Amino acid sequence: MMNIGSGSLMSVPSCTGSWKSGDVVSDQFPVGLRVLVVDDDPTCLRILEKMLRNCHYEVTKCNRAEIALSLLRENKNGFDIVISDVHMPDMDGFKLLEHIGLEMDLPVIMMSADDSKDVVMKGVTHGAYDYLIKPVRIEALKNIWQHVVRKKKHELKDNNYDQSGSVEEGDRQQKASEDVDYSSSANEGNCKNSKKRKEEEEEADERDDASALKKPRVVWSVELHQQFVQAVHQLGIDKAVPKKILELMNVPGLTRENVASHLQKYRLYLRRLSGVSQHQNGLNNSFMGRPDATFGIISNLNGLDLQAIAAAGQIPAQSLATLQAAALGRSATKSAIPMPLVDQRNLFSFENSKLRYPEGQQLQLNNSNKQTDLLHGIPTNMELKQLANLHNPSESFVGMNMQVNSTTQHNNSLLMRMSQSQPRAQMLNGANNGSQVSRLPLSMQQSLSSEGIPGAVLAQSGIVDNAHGSVYNPVSQASSMVDFSVNQSKELQSYNFSLGSNSSGMSTMTNRGMLQEEVNSDIKGSRGFPSNYDIFNELQPKSQNWSLQNVFSTFDASHHPSIQGTQGVSSQLLLQQGISSTHNSERNRNVPIGKPMYSNGEQSGHSNPMGGPQLNSVGGNMLAVKAERFPDADYQSTIFPVQFGQDDLMSAYLKQQGSVEPVETEFGFDGYTLDNLPV
Amino acid sequence: MEVGQLQRSFVEYMTSLFREGFLDAQFCQLQQLQDDSNPDFVVEVVSLFFEDSERLLNDLTMALDQPNVDFKQVDAHVHQLKGSSSSVGAQRVKNCCVPFRNCCEEQNTEACLRCLQQIKQEYLLVKNKLQTLFELEQQIVAAGGAIPMVQ
Repeated sequence: MMNIGSGSLMSVPSCTGSWKSGDVVSDQFPVGLRVLVVDDDPTCLRILEKMLRNCHYEVTKCNRAEIALSLLRENKNGFDIVISDVHMPDMDGFKLLEHIGLEMDLPVIMMSADDSKDVVMKGVTHGAYDYLIKPVRIEALKNIWQHVVRKKKHELKDNNYDQSGSVEEGDRQQKASEDVDYSSSANEGNCKNSKKRKEEEEEADERDDASALKKPRVVWSVELHQQFVQAVHQLGIDKAVPKKILELMNVPGLTRENVASHLQKYRLYLRRLSGVSQHQNGLNNSFMGRPDATFGIISNLNGLDLQAIAAAGQIPAQSLATLQAAALGRSATKSAIPMPLVDQRNLFSFENSKLRYPEGQQLQLNNSNKQTDLLHGIPTNMELKQLANLHNPSESFVGMNMQVNSTTQHNNSLLMRMSQSQPRAQMLNGANNGSQVSRLPLSMQQSLSSEGIPGAVLAQSGIVDNAHGSVYNPVSQASSMVDFSVNQSKELQSYNFSLGSNSSGMSTMTNRGMLQEEVNSDIKGSRGFPSNYDIFNELQPKSQNWSLQNVFSTFDASHHPSIQGTQGVSSQLLLQQGISSTHNSERNRNVPIGKPMYSNGEQSGHSNPMGGPQLNSVGGNMLAVKAERFPDADYQSTIFPVQFGQDDLMSAYLKQQGSVEPVETEFGFDGYTLDNLPV
Repeated sequence: MEVGQLQRSFVEYMTSLFREGFLDAQFCQLQQLQDDSNPDFVVEVVSLFFEDSERLLNDLTMALDQPNVDFKQVDAHVHQLKGSSSSVGAQRVKNCCVPFRNCCEEQNTEACLRCLQQIKQEYLLVKNKLQTLFELEQQIVAAGGAIPMVQ
C-alpha cells in the first residue's frame, strides 16, 4: 500500500511548480494511496494517470467500467479510492458508483466535463464522495486522499458507538480540506490523527475508543426518537431548530448538541426518502436479481417478521427476501435463506459488525448499520408494510426487530412484540417518513406506544390482522426471537431515524458516511441506491401495513406488563420491550426500535456482540433462520437466560437449538437495491 | 539556427497560441506534468488526443449522416470531444462543443452539421499548431537547448 507506483515517486518534475519535493518526503500518507481511475477517454485517462502518479499515488487505470468492476472484485482490498468518469459507453458512471458502493464500499469520485447542476446533483445523490469537473487539475487530485481518511474516520467513529456524534457529515468534506493537515496526517492506515483533528471540531465525546459504551452518550431509543419526531412535526420540519426541539422534547439530560446531530441525521434520512421515490421500480427487480441484496434491508424491518413468516413457511424465502429487499431497498444479503437471520443480522450486525470489522468489513457493516440505525429509531415500517402488502394478513410477521436489550426472557415476548409492532410500525412510519409515510399519524404512535398494542398481537399462531395492515404472528416459531442487541442500539440510535422505509435501506447508508460526507447531499448516504427508498415508497402503498415498525418505538420500559407465556402478544411485546429496557442494566440500552433481534454475534458469525452486551436475547438471529427451531408459541418457556453479551445467549441458545446456521460473516448488507444490478 | 533563436521563436509561437485562444492553461498543466521520467508526456498525450478526436469526428460525421439522426449519440460524442479537448487545453475546439450540444438538444441536424464543420476546422488548426510547436521543440533539443517554459 505504501508502495509508490512505478515511477511515481519522482522528485519534483523539473518543470512543475506545483509539486514540492517537501511534500513527498515528509510523511507516508497519502503516498501510495491506491487509486483506480476509470475513463473511456484515452487522453483524459493518460493525463489523470500522470497527475495521480505525480501525487505519489499508486494508480491503476482502466477504460471500461466492467473491467474496473472485475478489478475491484478480484482485489477486494486492493484499492483505496476510485475515480470514474460519468459518461462511459459500456456502463453509466453512476451505475458503477452504485456497484462499487454496494459491493466494495469504497469512496468514489465522479468526474465529467458536464458541470450542469443536475448531473452534479446526481453524483451527490448517488453518494459520490466528490464530483470533479473536467478538465481536472492536479490540485484537485492531490486532495482526494481526504475522502479515504474521512470515510475511515467515520466508520471508526461509528464503531465506537458514536451516537451523539455531531459530526457534521455534510461539512466533512469541507472540513477535511481545511483541517487535516496533509503533511502531518497519520499514515495511511492510521486515521487517528486526522480523526483527532476532526474530533476537536466535532462533539467532544466522540472517541475511537472501543469502550465508548461507557461514555455517556445519548441513546436514541425508540421513545426518545419518537419524542424527537413529534417535536419536529410539531414545529414543522423546516422550522425545527434544535433548540426548540429540545424544549419540546423536554428530556432532562438531553443537550442541544445531541438534538442537533440527531436532527441532521434525520434530515438526511428524510431527504433520502424523498429522493428515492424514483427508483422504486427497480428495486424489486434488483432484489430478485441479487440475492445478496435483499437481506440487508429486510432485516431491518422485518427481520423478525420475515423470518417468522418464512419460518412459518408462509412466505417463500425468496419472496420474503424480496420483500425485505424491497422494503429495505437494499440488497445486502447474501443468502437467500436465512433471510431472517440475515436480516436480523443486518440490523444488528451493522453495529456489531462495525466493531468487528474495522476495515473493509466495516464498510459493509456500516451500511448495514445504517440500516439498523434506521430501524432503530423506527422500525422499518416500510418493510413491514411491504410484507403485509405482499402477503395477506394471514401471514404472520414475526415481530419486527425487537431490540432486546435485556431480553432475558423475552425472546418470546419479543416475538410477541413483533406482532404488535404493526401498530407501532405505523407509528414509526409516520414519524419518520416525512414524505412517505404520512400514513401513520403521530397519534397512532402515541396510542400505540402507550399501550403496547393491545390488539395487535396475536396469538401464537394467529396472524394478527391489523387494520394497519401488517399481521404479526408472534408465532411460536417466531424466530422472532430476535436478539435485540442492546449495544447496537446505541449505534443504531445514533443514526436512526428509523424511518420505516428509508431507514432501512437508505438511511443506513447514509449514516455510514456517505451521507455525511456530502455536503449538500441529502441523500448522500444512499450512495446511489436511491432505489432503496423507492422500494419503500412503492411498497408501501398502503399505509396500513405497518406492523412492526412502531412496535419498537413504543416499547419502553414502562410498558412491560408482566410477562406471561400466554399473554397476548401485545403484552408480551410490551413486556419484552419493557424487559429489554429494564434488563439492560449493563448498558444503557433502550429497547431499540426495530432492531432486529438478532444476536449480533450470531449473525455475523461473531459471537461477540459488538463491544457490548448486545443481545440479551439469545439467538436473536438465530431466530430468523431457525424459526423452526424455536420453541413453540410459549415464549415464556423459551426464554433464554439473560445474559449480557451475546455469547452467553448465543451459546445458551445454541445449546438449546443446536447449531446455529452460520451467519453470513460479511455484513455488507448495504441493502442497496441497485437497479438492474448485475448479480 | 542557433539555439537561442530557436528558443525565442518557440516562446513567441507558444505565446501567440495562448493569446489566440488555441491553447489554454490546461496545456500548461500538461507541460508541468512532464518530467524526467516522462520526457515526452506532452507529445504522448497530444497524440492520444489527435487519435481520439479524429475517431470522434468520424463518428460524428457518420452519425449526422444518418436518415434518422440519433442525437443522443451525437451528443455523447460531442461531450466526449469536449472532455478530451479541455483536458489537453485545446480551448477553441472545446468552445465549439458547447453550441454543438445545444444543437443536439434542439435536434437540429442542419445546425449540427454546421457545428461539426466548425469543430473540424478548429481541430485541424490546433493540430497544425501543435505539430509546429513540437517540431520547434525537437529542433531546440537537437540543437542542444532546453525547452523554455511559457506560461
